[in-house]
Amino acid sequence: MIDPVSVFLMLLSAATPLLFAALGELIVERSGVLNLGVEGMMITGALAGFAAADATGNPLIGFAVAAIAGCAISMIFGVLTQFLLANQVATGLALALFGLGLTALFGKPYEGVKAPSMALGPLRIHWIVWLGLAMVPLIWWFLQRSRAGLILRGIGENHHAAHALGHKVHLYRLAAIGFGGAMAGIGGAYISIATVLQWTEGMTAGAGWIALALVVFSGWRAFGVLAGAWLFGGVTVLQLRLQAAGIAVPVQLLAMAPYLATIIALVVISARRKGSAAPGSLGKIFHATS
Amino acid sequence: MWRLEPRSDAPLIWQFATPVLAVLATMLTGAVLFGLMGYDPFGAIRTIFWDPLFGASAGYSRPQLLVKAGPLILIACGLAVGFRAGIWNIGAEGQFIIGGITGAAVGLAAYPAEGWWIFPAMIVAGAAGGWAWGMIPALLRNWFGASEILVSLMLVYVAEKIAAWMAFGPMRNPEGFGMPGSRNLTQYPSAANPELIAGTGIHWGTIAALIAVVAVWVLISRHLRGLQIRAAGEAPRAARFGGVKPSALVAFCLGLSGALAGLAGLFEAAGPAGQITDGFGVGYGFTAIIVAFLGRLHPVGIVLGGLLMALTYIGGDIAQMMMQLPSATVQVFQGMMLFYLLGFDLLTRYRIRRRPA
Repeated sequence: MIDPVSVFLMLLSAATPLLFAALGELIVERSGVLNLGVEGMMITGALAGFAAADATGNPLIGFAVAAIAGCAISMIFGVLTQFLLANQVATGLALALFGLGLTALFGKPYEGVKAPSMALGPLRIHWIVWLGLAMVPLIWWFLQRSRAGLILRGIGENHHAAHALGHKVHLYRLAAIGFGGAMAGIGGAYISIATVLQWTEGMTAGAGWIALALVVFSGWRAFGVLAGAWLFGGVTVLQLRLQAAGIAVPVQLLAMAPYLATIIALVVISARRKGSAAPGSLGKIFHATS
Repeated sequence: MWRLEPRSDAPLIWQFATPVLAVLATMLTGAVLFGLMGYDPFGAIRTIFWDPLFGASAGYSRPQLLVKAGPLILIACGLAVGFRAGIWNIGAEGQFIIGGITGAAVGLAAYPAEGWWIFPAMIVAGAAGGWAWGMIPALLRNWFGASEILVSLMLVYVAEKIAAWMAFGPMRNPEGFGMPGSRNLTQYPSAANPELIAGTGIHWGTIAALIAVVAVWVLISRHLRGLQIRAAGEAPRAARFGGVKPSALVAFCLGLSGALAGLAGLFEAAGPAGQITDGFGVGYGFTAIIVAFLGRLHPVGIVLGGLLMALTYIGGDIAQMMMQLPSATVQVFQGMMLFYLLGFDLLTRYRIRRRPA
């Protein structure tokens, strides 16, 4: 007998890393920047957060450090794309590869170490899960109702027009990239500190890429990201349940489910929308001529 | 104050200088990093970049250079064609794995028959497998507008799971005492991809890489399709008015890079790796992306970039043995090199001018 409440709690937990990373990337993409390095920032957060939680014994400090680390590594991308005007696709890719390498290098001493236990918040749910849920309306409000959010969206839609109005395109984008890095870092730390409870090399296993797909899936809207994250959380839980139930399908094939679901979701959404919901300046280099 | 002025041309001198600068900056940063980690900085750099070629065990490591560079060059040649057109296949790792599986499958199906046709059939199957895996993102983009970046990347994870499934399930060696992994193809003469000239590391994959380099060079600089590819990358609107069909280009580029990655996978499975295992994909598909950029998306540059990346792989192995440097160091170096390259590239595309006060 499967208890629906516990299944929902598992779903919430499985959705949390994706929710954080995708909400961060949502802000980045709304500012007109495509940062493909989410995977690299998540894994950096996963290791830095785990190390800090292990050193202090306090998981919440771990999450704070993860946010700082994710933000710090995102600045490599920020400086390269905003000031050195590098290609965003290539730089994002480099960030993903670099983050995976860097954490493999510095993560060795933490292999086999157990994460400190974490006090649960209300309703037996981690505080971080609550924070993630709270971020959804906050980000919606920021994008749709605040002045800074309006400017950010304007820059994402048409950076030349925003520049002509006197807005600092590169600074807004740099801030957005930093925020995206911090959110990805927290998402990654949730995997190492709260879910797996230890550090292993490459443990984010593509969550960063799934988060990127989620942003497309959401139609660049905060509540769309939440819906997508829950959908993928659901697929993950279902797949784990089927594995546990000993269904007659090889484990390796079941483990494909989240990736195949991502592809299917991308296809369905792209077919319906034909990409028209994407910010107008997404991925384009901005260089002020005057 | 300084300002950036876009260049209308990309001066040749900077095109050659930026990769060299990037490598030097990587060495320098690497040395600092090693110093901070408590290793001898100069020793480490020498071990990685010099010893594989001229060190004490160079006799062993030099042939390894071509063994590692072969697949990198083969894959990067295909990727560069797509990157020039603005079509981002970043799932070459998946196409490499699938090509290895389909190619090896033909060999394993023929076992224990011997015949001259077996290895050529495996080559065809490997290329076809990689091509088919590359066509999935191509078709999904053409039919539904799905991002080929994300779909091709997702398919890497799917391919890894298929490889694990094959190694534990359908392809497991029946005489392997229950160990995961297929039969070793190097012990099956008709299916093996041996070293062709002893002591050089040259196998059929190296030959294929050389052919690919020439073919891609001809394609890009001499063929109409190459002109369309360059036009689509540099001036997409103009290319469309000029009658270039974007969907045909997407299918061509992803199909080509998939097939070349699949070939690399097959040559690896039948040669240096010898079998399909759980961890058959070792990251060549991702490193090849760096090789393509390091080589400025040009076939000749890719040869040099591939050799350099192969050098860091081998140097990394030596450094791991001799100095106990963690194996992930090489990954960090490769990522760092791409960062520096992308940063220095500013000098190719812009002129730095002093702004009149």
